[in-house]
Amino acid sequence: MTDQSTDPAVPRVVSSRFDVADAHTLEVYRTTGSFPGYAGLAAALERTPDEVRESVVAATLLGRGGAGFPAGVKWGFCPPGVWPRYVVVNGDESEPGTYKDRMLMERDPHQLIEGALIAAYAIGAAQVFLYVRGEMPHAQERIAAALNEALAAGLVGRNILGTDFSVDVLLHWGAGAYIVGEETALIESLEGNRGMPRLKPPFFPAAKGLYMRPTIVNNVETLANLPWLMHHGVDAYRAVGTETSPGTRLIALSGHVRRPGVYEVPQGTTTFRDLFHDERYGGGIRDGNELKMFIPGGASAPWFFPEQIDLPLEARPVGAAGSMLGSGAVVVMDETTDAVEACYSLVRFFARESCGKCTPCREGTTWEEKILERILEGHGRPSDIDLLLDVADNISPGPYPVAADPEHGLEAVPFPPKQTTICPLGPSSVAPITSAIRRFRSEFEARITRRDLIPVSSAAPGAAVTGGDDV
Amino acid sequence: MARFSPDNEALARRIVDRYPVAKSATIPLCHLAQEQDGYLAPDAMEHVAELVGCTPAEVLGTASFYEMFKLHPVGRYCLNICTNISCRLLGASELLARAEERLGVRAGGTTADGTITLEDVECIAACTEAPALQVNYRYVERVDAAALDALIDDLRSGTGRAEEFPPHGTLGLVRQELGPDDLANVTPPGEQVEPVWFARNAAPTDEGAS
Repeated sequence: MTDQSTDPAVPRVVSSRFDVADAHTLEVYRTTGSFPGYAGLAAALERTPDEVRESVVAATLLGRGGAGFPAGVKWGFCPPGVWPRYVVVNGDESEPGTYKDRMLMERDPHQLIEGALIAAYAIGAAQVFLYVRGEMPHAQERIAAALNEALAAGLVGRNILGTDFSVDVLLHWGAGAYIVGEETALIESLEGNRGMPRLKPPFFPAAKGLYMRPTIVNNVETLANLPWLMHHGVDAYRAVGTETSPGTRLIALSGHVRRPGVYEVPQGTTTFRDLFHDERYGGGIRDGNELKMFIPGGASAPWFFPEQIDLPLEARPVGAAGSMLGSGAVVVMDETTDAVEACYSLVRFFARESCGKCTPCREGTTWEEKILERILEGHGRPSDIDLLLDVADNISPGPYPVAADPEHGLEAVPFPPKQTTICPLGPSSVAPITSAIRRFRSEFEARITRRDLIPVSSAAPGAAVTGGDDV
Repeated sequence: MARFSPDNEALARRIVDRYPVAKSATIPLCHLAQEQDGYLAPDAMEHVAELVGCTPAEVLGTASFYEMFKLHPVGRYCLNICTNISCRLLGASELLARAEERLGVRAGGTTADGTITLEDVECIAACTEAPALQVNYRYVERVDAAALDALIDDLRSGTGRAEEFPPHGTLGLVRQELGPDDLANVTPPGEQVEPVWFARNAAPTDEGAS
């Protein structure tokens, strides 16, 4: 199911065991893949914790969860002399289009555990919490089994690898809430509360996190990079990708391509065109159709269009062009896609997942969903398009990030958006709205004025369901 | 019976002991209660509250935030069809409509025989294998109309693929084994203890930061 790049020039930093049978077991983890399992931890333990952190800074390991903040720099924000500290692994993958952390947890759980141990060593953590999304029992099983093996082998717990390094690693799991992927909401959830984000400042996790103690929250893929980095060194790591974005990224390519899949690609040197059309990756748009638009980084990312297809998969150029790489979720939509329905599907997600803490998000996303729903149902009003933009402006004031539209002489607005809310969930709901309306306003107008266009989802019972055949 | 059985209570206490602060065990214990009863009953929440040292209202406050906790009985199988973007692009809306028609319930409803609860859910992280669904949180990928029909038939009769899916509420079939003696240095949040290995920072190695 998961077809990987076979280019020998590109090291597989995190996905080297995805296709290896029984890679979730300790024995296979130690003997296969692009580094010997737990060799990265052994290498880290030969250095001081500060040296480990400094090498992560030098490698410019950028967070892979969405925000792209340098992991080593984040670790350095722990206030000195305040104990205990905690490491929390963010395995609450739920951004629409994103499918990589589940794969890392299910197929190579020891790699993640090793990465988390390296982080715990570097910051001096007393405990590691592996927070796995609730709806992923298989990932929980694989991690539980791996932790049981690791405990028996002296790789977690007391005196790891016979050294003075000791840390408890605890599997914890959620219960279904997208917002818990936001790090302060995740901490609230881990404390046994409703998963609502905390105000920052003062509640930056590195200073006041879990139980108000210094806490480092890192994404699964970020930590999965550490064993390879520690084993092969900073220079080898920086040799892949670009100067500002070294290393690789796991990209989940979904939607209307011939070969959807999870691909590990070097940052910056692969373009969206390569990703969609190269036979090693997407293999072209399905049925020979034309590309209509694509989402470069998950539901929260403003859409791109055919003009942006030659951009590299790298944070800076994508951000300057008006969107983000986010969580590595690329969703391809061909000419048959209904822009209004696609927009509705994404906005409904944010409306459902709003935690309700901030008024602009709670009320705004609800109204966005209602307005789009009535447009789709044929009850739209002529003022609805501007009303949508007005509601959106209350959540994220000012020009919202959007891709350039040369045909209409419109410039790109760079990422990120402004926000009137504690976390980016509300502002994210604006991305599909501004993207779709600016480019496909006529489709919205047609929905409002032509009442014969009724929702796509009303297929007659017994009708053939499309999809699956052409992928 | 909705309070924990003696065995489950013992397990619940072991789980609580792993956390520096007991209330952190709220969500895992709610899952354990749901695994026992198929849903999260009021008595169970009272028992969870006793074990983590808070009020039943606080447990309800937490549990009601999360979609997986069912405060009322649901079907033996929760059939969760993803209708978010990647799945919708490949026919998820039609799959959901078909499931509603076949089961005779709308999304959110439970069949009259109490076998299947149908849900219309958001992204389940199987986007490259769209359209995807879960039965009691176990994945079924690249589903077409025929596969959906066959799956529904199996779930209704309790045969075939139905045997792959444990009853609703069952989470991981493998549990982490971590007894009190296995814990290394759980430090209560109130104590200021620098980890012993951090003293190494005072004497950098020859390699230095590479």
